[in-house]
Amino acid sequence: MTGNSRRGRMLAIAAASALALSVVTACSSDDGEDNASDSASTAASEPVTIVVQTFGGGKNFGYKEAIDKWNAEHPDIQIKNDNLTDQFEQVYWPQLIQWLQSGTGAGDVVGIDEGGMGLAKAHPEWWADLGELGLSGRKADFPDWKWENGVTADGKLFGLGTDVGGMSLCYRKDLFEKAGLPGDRDEVGKLWPTWDDFVKVGHRFQEKIKDTKFVDGTNTLYNVVLVQEGAKNGNVTYFGKGNKLIVDSNPAVKASYDFAEKISKEGLTAKLRNFTEEWFTGMKKGQFATLGCPSWMLGVVSGDNAGGPEGKGKWDVAAVPGGGGNWGGSWLAVPKQSKHPKEAAQVLDYLTGKDAQVSVFDYAGNMPSNTQAQQDPAVQGAKNEYFNDAPVGDIFAKSAASLQPIFLGVKHAQVKNAVESVVSAIDDGSVAYADGWKRLVDDAVKAAG
Amino acid sequence: MSLHVDAGQPTRAPVPPDRRHVRRNSPRSFRTWLDLKAAPYLLVSPYYLLFLLFGLFPLGFTLYYAFFTYDLTGTVEWTGVGNFTGLLSDSAFWKAVVNTLGMFAIATVPQMLLALLLADALNKRFKGQLFVRMGVLLPLVTSVVAVAVVFTQLYGRDWGLINWVLSWFGADPVSWKTERIPSWLAIATMIDWRWTGYNAIIFLAGMQTIPRDLYEAASIDGASRRRQFWQITVPMLRPTMIFVVLNSTIGGLTLFAEPTTFYNGNVHGGTDSQFQTVSMFIFEQGFREFDYGYASAAAWLLFLLILIGSLINFLLVRRIGGNK
Repeated sequence: MTGNSRRGRMLAIAAASALALSVVTACSSDDGEDNASDSASTAASEPVTIVVQTFGGGKNFGYKEAIDKWNAEHPDIQIKNDNLTDQFEQVYWPQLIQWLQSGTGAGDVVGIDEGGMGLAKAHPEWWADLGELGLSGRKADFPDWKWENGVTADGKLFGLGTDVGGMSLCYRKDLFEKAGLPGDRDEVGKLWPTWDDFVKVGHRFQEKIKDTKFVDGTNTLYNVVLVQEGAKNGNVTYFGKGNKLIVDSNPAVKASYDFAEKISKEGLTAKLRNFTEEWFTGMKKGQFATLGCPSWMLGVVSGDNAGGPEGKGKWDVAAVPGGGGNWGGSWLAVPKQSKHPKEAAQVLDYLTGKDAQVSVFDYAGNMPSNTQAQQDPAVQGAKNEYFNDAPVGDIFAKSAASLQPIFLGVKHAQVKNAVESVVSAIDDGSVAYADGWKRLVDDAVKAAG
Repeated sequence: MSLHVDAGQPTRAPVPPDRRHVRRNSPRSFRTWLDLKAAPYLLVSPYYLLFLLFGLFPLGFTLYYAFFTYDLTGTVEWTGVGNFTGLLSDSAFWKAVVNTLGMFAIATVPQMLLALLLADALNKRFKGQLFVRMGVLLPLVTSVVAVAVVFTQLYGRDWGLINWVLSWFGADPVSWKTERIPSWLAIATMIDWRWTGYNAIIFLAGMQTIPRDLYEAASIDGASRRRQFWQITVPMLRPTMIFVVLNSTIGGLTLFAEPTTFYNGNVHGGTDSQFQTVSMFIFEQGFREFDYGYASAAAWLLFLLILIGSLINFLLVRRIGGNK
C-alpha cells in the first residue's frame, strides 16, 4: 500500500505539472493567435516566426546560410530552423506523424524524407494546399517525378522538392595511400567498376592496414546497392507499385542483403550502424575508410560531430561501383495546423528556390532537385573544399537530371527500419548469418502489418 | 476544483441529519458543515481529480482499445481478444518480457543488498554524518538522460572506459550494445548507480526506528555485530523492505528511459532487441508502428506482470526473518 501511495504522489505531481504545462501551452498558443491577428491588422509591427523542422546528421538540410540571409533581409518574417534529430525513420517521422494527427506541435514548414512521402501523400488532410498558396507555378523548376511526388492522390500540391540523392563513394585518401592504393579520385574510381572489384580492393586495403576497417558497417552500402538493384528491377524495393510488400520476391532486396552479408563475413566492416553515436565517433577516429555517399552524405561527413575540422582534406569522393543510383532526397511541406500558412509558403518557396538551393549545395553539398539550381554554373563547377576540392558539381549534377525515382510504399519507413535492424544485426553478430534472410523477411512482414 | 465540491453539496444539503435542529441552511450551519465535513474532501480532491483525469481515465481508455485494431488512419475495428492472443504468440513480446525480468533481477538483487549494507554503515556514528548521508542521494538528482549519456560512453565498444580497463587484464573488448547479457549488465549498473543511495536512505530511516535496547541486550548476550545485523536489523526492517522491494518492482518492470537512451533514443533496444523492455515494446508498437490497440493490450499485460511480480516479491520478503 505504501508503495502505491508513493506512486500516487508521483502521479499527482506528474499530473499537476502536466496541468501546469498545458495551461502554459494554452497561453502561448493564445499568444500565437494574437500575433497572427496583430500582424494581419498592423502589418509587420511584430515579426512572424516561421519554424522550419528538419532532420539529419552534420549539416542536415544545409539551410544555415540561406536562412541567415533571409532573416537579415526580412525583419517581418523570421525563420527558425529546428533540426530535431539525425534519425528520420526512428525518431523524426513518428514524432511528426503524431503532431500531424493531433493537430499541434508540427512546425510551419517541415522536411520529409522520400521514405515518408508515401504516407504523407495518403493523408491530404495533414497538409496546406500549396497550389492555393500560389506555388503551382513552380512546376517548371523540378523534374516531373520530384514534382509529382509532392502531389496527393486527390491532386493537391503539398510538397516541393529540396535535394536529390545521387551517388558517390567517400573514401579516406590518406589511408588509401598508406595502404599502397592510389589516392587520386579518378584512379580510385577505376579500381572498382563493380562491387566484386570493390571487395577485392577492400582485401588489399585490409592486408596493409589493421586499425581501420574498409567500410563502416553493412547498412550504408546495403542501401547503396539496394537503390542500384532496385533501378534494375522496375524501380521498386520493399513495396510494389500497388503498395504490396515484395521483400521476399524482389531480387533487388536479396542481392543487396547478400552483398551486406558478404562484406561482413569477409571482415571488411567496422561493425558500426550508420547514424549511431559510435558511427559518428568512428568517423572522427578513422575507424573506417570508405562510406556510401549520396550528395547529402557529404554534409554529414563534414559535420562537426562526424569528420569535423580534423578530417578535412583526408576524405575524398570517387565514383561508386556499379554506376549511379538515387538514395534519399527530401521535400518541404506546410502542415495544415500552421498558424501562418501564407508566410510559411513564402519561406518554403524561398528554401526550394534557386538561390537558396545553390547556397545549400555550396554549404553542405546536398544536390538540389531544382533544375535551375542544378544548371547554375556555381553548382556545375562547384568544388568541395572539405573533400580535397573534389568537383562535386561535376560528380553529382551531371547525373542528377537523369535520376530515376524508386517507388516507396505507404509503410516504407517502418519496413526500412525493421529491415535495417536485421542488416545491422548480422554484422554485429546478434543474428547468425544463416538466420538473417529469414528474419529480414519475417520482420518486414510484421512491420508492414 | 471548488466547482466540484459546490456541485456535490446540493444532493446532501437538503437532507440534514436528524440531530440537527435547524431545518434551513442557515449560513452558520453551512459554514460548520463546510469546515468539518467538506473541507477534508476539498483538500484532498485535487489529487483525486487529477488521478481520475490522468490515471483512471487512461487506464479505462487503454483497456477499451485493447480490444480493437486501432491504427494511425483512425480505423477502429473490434477484434475481441485478438490483440491478446496475438501478443501471447509474439516472440518479440516475450523477448521483451525476458529482457525486462532479466534486467530487473540483475539490477535489483545487488541493489537491495548494497543499499542494506550502505544503510548499516551510515547508521553508525561518525563525523560528517549528515554530509555523507546526503551524499548518497546525489545520484538521484542527476537527470536520467545525463546518466545514460555518460554511461553510454563508458560502455562504448571501441573507445569506452570500461573496455579500456578490461583490456589491462587482457580481456577482449566487450560489445556492450549488441551482446544480450552484457547490455543488461550495463543498464543494470545505470539503474543501481541512481537508485542504491535512495533505497539506502529509506533503509536507514527504518533502522533508526529499531529500539537501541535490543542491540544492547544482544551485546550483553555476546552477539557479534554481524549476528545483530542479521538477527535484529534485517527482521525489524521487514515493513521497510516490503515497501522498498515493491517500489523497485514497479520501477524495474516499467523500465524505459535508461535502455532507450542507451540506443540513441531508439525504442527497438539494440539491433536485435537485445535490451528492449516491455515498456519500450509498448512504445514501439504504439508510436512507431502506430498499432494503438496492440500497444494497449501489451500495456495491460505489463500491468498483470507487475501485479504478479509485486505479489511474488511481497510473499518472498514477508518470509524474511519470519518468526519461528
